[in-house]
Amino acid sequence: MTHSAEGTYKLPLSLRAPRFLGRPVVRFLAHLGRFGMLFVELARALPDWRTWLPRAIEQCENVGYGSLFIVVLTAGFAGAVTAIQAGYQFTGSVPLYYMGAVVAESIILELGPVLTAFILAGRIGARYAAELGTMRVTEQIDALESLGRNPASHLVLPRVIAGLLMVPALVVVADIAGLLSGWVAVKSTLHVSNQDFIYGTRYFFRSFDLWYSVIKAEVFGAVVTVVPCYVGFTAEQGAEGVGNAATTAVVWSSVMILLLDTVLAKLLLPT
Amino acid sequence: MIKLVDVHKSFGSHVVLDGVNFAVNTGETVALLGPSGTGKSVLLKHIIGLLRPDRGDVLVDGASVPHMGRDELTALRRKIGYAFQMGALFDSMPVRENIRLGITDDALYRDPAYCAQRVAECLALVNLEPGVARLMPGQLSGGMRKRVGIARAIAGHPTYLLYDEPTSGLDPVNADAMDALIERLQKELHVTSVVVSHDVRGSFKVADRIALLDGGQIRKEGTPEQFMEAKDEVVRRFLERDFEVLEAEA
Repeated sequence: MTHSAEGTYKLPLSLRAPRFLGRPVVRFLAHLGRFGMLFVELARALPDWRTWLPRAIEQCENVGYGSLFIVVLTAGFAGAVTAIQAGYQFTGSVPLYYMGAVVAESIILELGPVLTAFILAGRIGARYAAELGTMRVTEQIDALESLGRNPASHLVLPRVIAGLLMVPALVVVADIAGLLSGWVAVKSTLHVSNQDFIYGTRYFFRSFDLWYSVIKAEVFGAVVTVVPCYVGFTAEQGAEGVGNAATTAVVWSSVMILLLDTVLAKLLLPT
Repeated sequence: MIKLVDVHKSFGSHVVLDGVNFAVNTGETVALLGPSGTGKSVLLKHIIGLLRPDRGDVLVDGASVPHMGRDELTALRRKIGYAFQMGALFDSMPVRENIRLGITDDALYRDPAYCAQRVAECLALVNLEPGVARLMPGQLSGGMRKRVGIARAIAGHPTYLLYDEPTSGLDPVNADAMDALIERLQKELHVTSVVVSHDVRGSFKVADRIALLDGGQIRKEGTPEQFMEAKDEVVRRFLERDFEVLEAEA
């Protein structure tokens, strides 16, 4: 042991380092275990449909209808920008009917699902984490447990079901909005005829592309609900704890979306 | 009967309960006193299985709470009413729904006529107007929130009632009214009650027996009269502020 200037004993670096590194690892494993247990709780809550179904319908309205405007707006701008930038890059180098393919494939395969998921991670994820975090710090979750009721069927499962149902629906709407705005942008900037745009769109289109978009949306729907619910459930005391939970939920949901986006592309798209 | 046997509980390096031995007999009201931050609420949460002891055992009607399975724990919680310190009302639901959630029998919970009647009964038991049922928790005063919390706790006809700081944050008049309410519920519902508090005067009024939690252990246990005669310096110091009033009342 070494003797510091303050007169306290310090362990040598060789002993401090494993402890310094070990703590985050143990904390991560503990989170992983509790996160896994949340899925077990969700599975157990499934038969209790009388509890979660009415609440899930409420949440569907909140996630679906409540997010519709911002999702359409974002997808619309994304489609238009994709079209304009593709026009800038491709004019003179490739046939202009390719524009239909670029817009459609960019929106359906990537921008529609990913941008929608990011918006929902902010809009729904932060809300869920803050709601459940507040319920945790004000003992509402303890109260629910003390009444012999399962917080998973009352609080988590309705939100997850809403995400699983509404996010794919929103992504389909986003795909349509992005495609239409891209079409309008292409027509107004590049003098491409409707027939050329449709020809280009259909030339590279495979029906699996739509399935791929919906599969991604389903996975992202789970991410933007399960992660924030877990973070809210494990929020620490006080207003700061709730604020941290909201931030953590958005950050981790976004990281998971990016990670799973890559994994799904690798797994599902034949190269 | 509730029995805590050598219960230890720490949060990180902070030892909260350090070998607590404590019993509550059927039908009696026991007040658990102690300075703020001594682990009174932590102890209460062990009884209902919201926390598990690091060591020791918690027995309710002879069954070990930490060793209970999921279904047993649910069954146990359905016979214990827990009134939280700040009410812990579900703020997205009106008072009616909050109290309805306290009806622990699933068949009765799904019977609208019974629920409406039981909500009205419980509100009456805690001296609240029937119109309160329509209000949202955010529209209630602190005292009313605590009363609604108690109404929710008694809605399922519990055998045990656990009160966490029922008078904290209330003005003296409302604190006295809350003490009277606890006494009345004890007489009318014949429940076994544990009242966690740092309100000495109120505890002496409502409790058959008193226990003082200090330093993670039960420092003294006895009737209010035995507490008044206590020679223990820690006990006397804790009671000092209220001693003159208590002696005058005696």
